Amino acid sequence: MAATEQEVLAGLAEIVSEETGLPTDAVVLEKSFTDDLDIDSLSMMTIVTHAEDKFDVRIPDEDVKNLATVGDAVSYITKAQA
Amino acid sequence: MSTVPDVVVTGLGATTPLGGDVESTWRAALAGESGVNRLSEEFLGDWEMPVTFAAQLKVPSDEVLSRPETKRMDLSAQYAVVATREAWADAGSPEVDGDRLGAVVSSGIGGIQTILNAWDTMNSRGPRRVLPMTVPMLMPNSPSAYVELEIGARAGAHALVSACASGAEAIGYGLEMIRTGRADVVVAGGTEAAIHPMPIAAFAASRTLSTRNDDPEGASRPYDVTRDGFVLGEGAAVVVLESAEHAAARGARVYAKIAGVGLSSDAYHMTSPDPEGRGQIAAMRSALENAGLSTSDVRHVNAHATSTTVGDLVEARSIRSLLGDDADQVSLSATKSMTGHLLGGAGALESIFTIKALADRQAPPTINVTEPDPELDLDLVRNTPREIPTGDVAAINNSFGFGGHNVALVVTSA
Repeated sequence: MAATEQEVLAGLAEIVSEETGLPTDAVVLEKSFTDDLDIDSLSMMTIVTHAEDKFDVRIPDEDVKNLATVGDAVSYITKAQA
Repeated sequence: MSTVPDVVVTGLGATTPLGGDVESTWRAALAGESGVNRLSEEFLGDWEMPVTFAAQLKVPSDEVLSRPETKRMDLSAQYAVVATREAWADAGSPEVDGDRLGAVVSSGIGGIQTILNAWDTMNSRGPRRVLPMTVPMLMPNSPSAYVELEIGARAGAHALVSACASGAEAIGYGLEMIRTGRADVVVAGGTEAAIHPMPIAAFAASRTLSTRNDDPEGASRPYDVTRDGFVLGEGAAVVVLESAEHAAARGARVYAKIAGVGLSSDAYHMTSPDPEGRGQIAAMRSALENAGLSTSDVRHVNAHATSTTVGDLVEARSIRSLLGDDADQVSLSATKSMTGHLLGGAGALESIFTIKALADRQAPPTINVTEPDPELDLDLVRNTPREIPTGDVAAINNSFGFGGHNVALVVTSA
């Protein structure tokens, strides 16, 4: 069953929090993964792997580079699930 | 002509089956406690495991490290980082130019739990679920690399691998890094995290593990007539090595001096020591020569003594053969009786025991020896600590590994 954007954000925030140690409420739509959350490429790929698993979607490498912000990822995952 | 610097120990760190740090570990060792326990039912699963006990960490690393740290490091690296943080703080968090700072941290087995878990994931859920950090976690130099990052070491990060001699060889290499002028300070030691059903099955298959399943605490009994193999342990130990000049300049507290290292290889058999002990004797002799000392200076030996039927006696005979009558004034301790065998961490933890023994003038006890092997011709410290005489004395820490690797370190009092 597809999740709502709110549910995807909550789930993604948990994954990012596990990977980075940031509190989940720091993971909000407008934050940039690299500039605001200080996530390097290896951590980003780890987050993508967990997100694919959690939301049962596939995020190809060529699309990952377009996911600059948390909001980008939430929209992508929500659409991919639809 | 430049002189070779003396190398001293200014910081100690460890996480072991006896305690989460050096102080608690040492206190438990002096009290003769066992760190060996029965493994949980969850761990043992439905298999009929040939061995159902091990010496697991007293304080699991996930109680000390942050969640993200535990997710990106294999347990072997986690333990090394825990030990490094303690050692570095213990040394007074010295201000050192990163170009003059080294990291030498060994593991005998490497990131085996990461390998096994990733393969399980792949088998059950496919290749896309294998995590990106898998390779940096599984590689055997991973603990060394994490320690390098932790302290900002740019003079070199190394991971020498020689099975159960790895931790001692790392300290020997750190000593040489300072002696040859590559570094002023080196964090050196060893780590292991191989308590998993597969390695237990594999070691049991080679008939090297004790199968005393009804008496885990009594299973590691070096030199006892009923010894039947080693007990698998885990943990890490690191020391901060420093040129004596560098340590004096900053007024650092000095525990002891690493006075010499001796290395040899048996070229005899993959897993059995040369029964004549030629390689072991050569390593100890060259360590004493390297330290500029004679056999009469030695008052304490921390034996490799893993509690195997063959290995313990070969070592004891090697010690007697090299030291001759001087062996009569040596207190022999076999601390694996309490800690189990930390494999790549063993040589480093036993170096810390040797350093503490000289610093506190107390040789730690050997437990579980109810009937000493009649062929043991050395003065084994049993059950309670033994005083080490005051004055300038030396101690030897022996470490030997599968493959015929022999490492002896000579420690002298500060």
